[in-house]
Amino acid sequence: MIAVAGMTPMALVTLSVAGQLCGIPVSDVRDILSARPITRIPLAPPEIAGNLNLRGRIVTALDIRRRLDLPAAPPGAALMSLVTEYQGELYAMLVDCVLEVITLPGETLEAIPSTLPRTWAKHGAGIFQLPDRLLVMLDVTRLLDLAH
Amino acid sequence: MDDLLAEFLTETGESLVELDLALIRLEQAPDDATTLSLVLRLIHTMKGTCGFLDLVRLERVAHAAESVLVQIRDGGVAPTVAVVSVILKALDRIRAILSGVTATGAEPAGDDAALIAELDGLASAEPRSVPYEEPLADAPDQTGGGPLPGQTIRVDVGLLDELMNMVGELVLTRNQLLRLSRTRQATGIDPESYSLPLQRLSQITSDLQEGVMKTRMQPIGNAWNKLPRLVRDLGLELGKPIELTMRGAGTELDRQMLELIRDPLTHMVRNSAGHGLECPATRRAAAKPETGAITLDAYHEGGDVVIEIADDGAGLPLGRIRAEALARRLVTEAELAKIDDARIARFIFHPGFSTADKVTAVSGRGVGMDVVKTNIERIGGAIEVTSTPGQGCKFTLKIPLTLAIVAALIVEVAGERFAMPLTRVIELLRIGMGGAGAESRIERIGETTMLRLRGRLLPLVRLADVLRLGRTPLAGAMVPPPDPTIVVARIGVAIVGLAVDRVFDTEEIVVKPVASILRALTVFSGSTILGDGSVIMILDPKGVAQAAGVNGHDGDSRVAPAYNPVTSDERLPMLLVKAGGGLMVIPLSLVARLDHVSCDRVEYAGGQAMTHYRGRLMPLVAISGALDMTRPDQAVLVFTDTEHPTGRDRGVGLVVDAIVDVIEDTLQIQRIGSRPGVLGTAIVGGQVVEVIEPGFWLTQVFPDWFTAATISARSGPRLQAESLAA
Repeated sequence: MIAVAGMTPMALVTLSVAGQLCGIPVSDVRDILSARPITRIPLAPPEIAGNLNLRGRIVTALDIRRRLDLPAAPPGAALMSLVTEYQGELYAMLVDCVLEVITLPGETLEAIPSTLPRTWAKHGAGIFQLPDRLLVMLDVTRLLDLAH
Repeated sequence: MDDLLAEFLTETGESLVELDLALIRLEQAPDDATTLSLVLRLIHTMKGTCGFLDLVRLERVAHAAESVLVQIRDGGVAPTVAVVSVILKALDRIRAILSGVTATGAEPAGDDAALIAELDGLASAEPRSVPYEEPLADAPDQTGGGPLPGQTIRVDVGLLDELMNMVGELVLTRNQLLRLSRTRQATGIDPESYSLPLQRLSQITSDLQEGVMKTRMQPIGNAWNKLPRLVRDLGLELGKPIELTMRGAGTELDRQMLELIRDPLTHMVRNSAGHGLECPATRRAAAKPETGAITLDAYHEGGDVVIEIADDGAGLPLGRIRAEALARRLVTEAELAKIDDARIARFIFHPGFSTADKVTAVSGRGVGMDVVKTNIERIGGAIEVTSTPGQGCKFTLKIPLTLAIVAALIVEVAGERFAMPLTRVIELLRIGMGGAGAESRIERIGETTMLRLRGRLLPLVRLADVLRLGRTPLAGAMVPPPDPTIVVARIGVAIVGLAVDRVFDTEEIVVKPVASILRALTVFSGSTILGDGSVIMILDPKGVAQAAGVNGHDGDSRVAPAYNPVTSDERLPMLLVKAGGGLMVIPLSLVARLDHVSCDRVEYAGGQAMTHYRGRLMPLVAISGALDMTRPDQAVLVFTDTEHPTGRDRGVGLVVDAIVDVIEDTLQIQRIGSRPGVLGTAIVGGQVVEVIEPGFWLTQVFPDWFTAATISARSGPRLQAESLAA
């Protein structure tokens, strides 16, 4: 997709979570990882899927489905992850699939409709109307702020 | 901030520490010309650089302080306590301005006129004594402040060259391995050819590890350099002359450790000055020199650094500690009588424990030694206290050289691996469940399992339960492994058995901090990556024990190394009964009668089971929680209370499943208060049994059962139903 002239272009990494198309600003993504072993952490909050090894650094994996109150992924599903930095630490957000990088005009971002479940409004920054479907832009900071 | 300013801040920070120390030396030895010239040189350099960098306030204060020092050199002023105090005050001001410069890059606004006038007054004065006036009032917090500007350390050039050499070798080895891997793809070669470069790689890695560790090593004196000033000011404030001796200041340990022990050390020295040392009059009366001594000692021992903080004061007030421990219900009076002084002293590590009569700025706020202990244990260290009445008190800290790399035991629980710091592990056991005759075995009482190890009972924690692992749907019903391996671990002074499924090797692991969103999980102290690339969590034995409720209310003192906190050495007849699925005992003397009550004579009134017994109604209480009405009759232990003020005796029937035997043995309660209604656990007649606490059951029916006659313990345990024996 080509940015409309005179608009602020916004580059997003698109991904799918439980069938929903979502996007995260490219600037928030440090790495994209294919499925790899994750060590689960006993007694951790349910949203924490476990730890994974990223070139010798330990990264905490966050289950995005759980965070968004979506049905759990089928057992054994190969989940990809997006690595992002939050408060000086690395986190991997587990998603079904990372798709592509697209650029959208920032001005076409709309507020999340109030009819969507509250978790979407809580973790989403807005919604884009693509020709064939809707794209929810996620707010990484709010996703990783487990206190809320 | 430009480089020049940053460098100035680092350098001045160092000079200030040196100045503090030198001034205090000068105060003690006024004729020490070397020290005086050092002080002059330092402050002169500082003044010069300030002028160069256009730091006007700093320059003025430094100049005024220098003038006083020049007067001292020329013999115009003597370096008395009062004079030195004013100069120290000037240094504090310089520190305060510096921290402003660090934060904003420019001097903060402020008026130094009063201070400069005071300094000038000294410098221009004809020799006379200046009244001493509260030197600490202006900037009391500046001395203890955080690390001064600049996060740089100095590294020996030789060491740096050595490191570079090793890195060179590392590169060569990598090239060799790369070449091997290429030729292997092309031709397929013998895997043996890898072994030599791999061996070298391993050698270089450990050399590098050691080398980099060395760059992080700092003399412990760096953590001590604020103490002379602290002790001097405290001495003046409290009116106690104190001499501080520091030995082994060159002992090195990791920079990170140094930062972590700085505060606990300061706290302990404060304590020694505050409560440890007596005031001069008391010391004179005790035929001790008026000047109190605080001694710091540091040395290497094995892989640890040992730091001792000793004072020659009055020693810990053991009497007050006893009283306080009793008041806080940490022990009962009977137990207290059996505890030796060394263990009494350890009560000061309990949370909130304080024996100070009044809260002062120096000490006595009740947040103290427990925090110190927690901090020391958090970094894998240990703290001990010894005290000799009238001669002083000594704290011994034992801390590992570094936090970053530790030896750990890798264990497996329900298919997951975990690392456990090896320093905590005492021994490993493999035990057949319930196997008889062995010197160690697992005993089960109700829901609780315990480890019986060479005649001692230790709490046994199943790691899978604590971590809530092993109940996955795939695993099906949880069957305990036929022969669990038990890791016997030391937690503080307590010893606990941790049951795991498997034990692997020991491995040197690199400790990585846990992500901040997982900090609330106290069972883990960090995470690490194993050789195979998998990430595993590092268990914190203390957190595990707390999560399992082991170290909860019974605290350190009761599961202490002595293992027999409560004993009755005389043999007494005891009634062995079956109740609630386990064996229990009660001293026979407490029970008035043994009887059976037939179930058709049991009636309920207001939810309370009663029976007709010897012409009156007697309430029944069942240890198992409810009467088993399917049986023809109930075995009942009858308790009576003949001293009731109404003059009429009343009785209660304690219902058990079966009366087994009467045996005569000593009663040694080893684990206290595992659940309500039970005093603890003991080995009687070679079996593990629980000891019934009659008081709990009787007061369920008659809450006032004991108000009439107060009973004290006779032989160790609080057998509160003593009066019943009459």
